Amino acid sequence: MNRLPRLRGQLFERHEITVEKDIVRARQAVGRAMDGLGAKAIRKTRLVTAASEIFRNGLNYGGGAVALIHCDAGNRMVWVDCIDDGPGIEDMALALRDGYTSGTGLGRGLGGAKRLVDEFDIVSEPGVGTHVRLAGRA
Amino acid sequence: MSQAAGLFLVDEIMLVAIDENIDDGDIVALQDRLAEEVHANDAQGIVIDISALEIVDTFVGRIIAQLAGIGVLLDAPTYLVGMRPAVAMTLVELGMTLPSVRTARNLQHAVSRLRSGR
Ligand SMILES: Nc1ncnc2c1ncn2[C@@H]1O[C@H](COP(=O)(O)OP(=O)(O)OP(=O)(O)O)[C@@H](O)[C@H]1O
Ligand SMILES: [Mg+2]
Repeated sequence: MNRLPRLRGQLFERHEITVEKDIVRARQAVGRAMDGLGAKAIRKTRLVTAASEIFRNGLNYGGGAVALIHCDAGNRMVWVDCIDDGPGIEDMALALRDGYTSGTGLGRGLGGAKRLVDEFDIVSEPGVGTHVRLAGRA
Repeated sequence: MSQAAGLFLVDEIMLVAIDENIDDGDIVALQDRLAEEVHANDAQGIVIDISALEIVDTFVGRIIAQLAGIGVLLDAPTYLVGMRPAVAMTLVELGMTLPSVRTARNLQHAVSRLRSGR
């Protein structure tokens, strides 16, 4: 899989997402990272919500994922990576479209996450996995 | 379903308090219980309290919509209370309009509106 560049900044926390409770734990860590940079409620809520979407996708479609949270204090940014080695995404444009779901969801997670954050990147390769990266300014 | 959601009858109104840890496995049981309780108690309305939620993502948004759907089917108007301002803004960006749910500022507002039948 085409890899996203290494993140700068400090690793804040790493979470394995293998059951639904892990989604809550990991997204709470994203919230703490934003708190650490003194983020306002709205900025924190946007990033935590977007992270929740991609973590749930990583669990539901990726069969489990690893979440890496980095703090870049200099730029007042929190970076969230969600990496899985699931089936990958065949048609990225389709997956990002609001209303498209291959499951029973609303199909608004990916598109919504993209609108909620300041940086959004996704790479995926069928049969290899998916790597989503988000960042929010505190 | 453990602490994932609480169901209480308050003055003929069903109060549903959703917890942050609600998961996929809780939803069907919660819907069933809500439908049963509304029916058995002849509840006049449903109030969904999300004040415990720091965020509402599409997953929880879908749960809220489904619970409100039960309200529609059972002719029990449904109000949502406890939504943080930041959450309201993110819901807009997720494109979750929740058409079958009315929002009230707090529980008292929801109850008095249900009482006055609007
Ligand atoms: N990590 C992933 N691995 C494989 N496929 C994915 C992954 N993330 C998303 N997808 C695909 O992209 C589609 C769209 O994702 P999106 O999050 O927008 O919607 P959803 O999860 O189906 O529904 P919602 O998030 O609204 O509950 C999914 O249905 C799935 O097919
Ligand atoms: Mg999703």
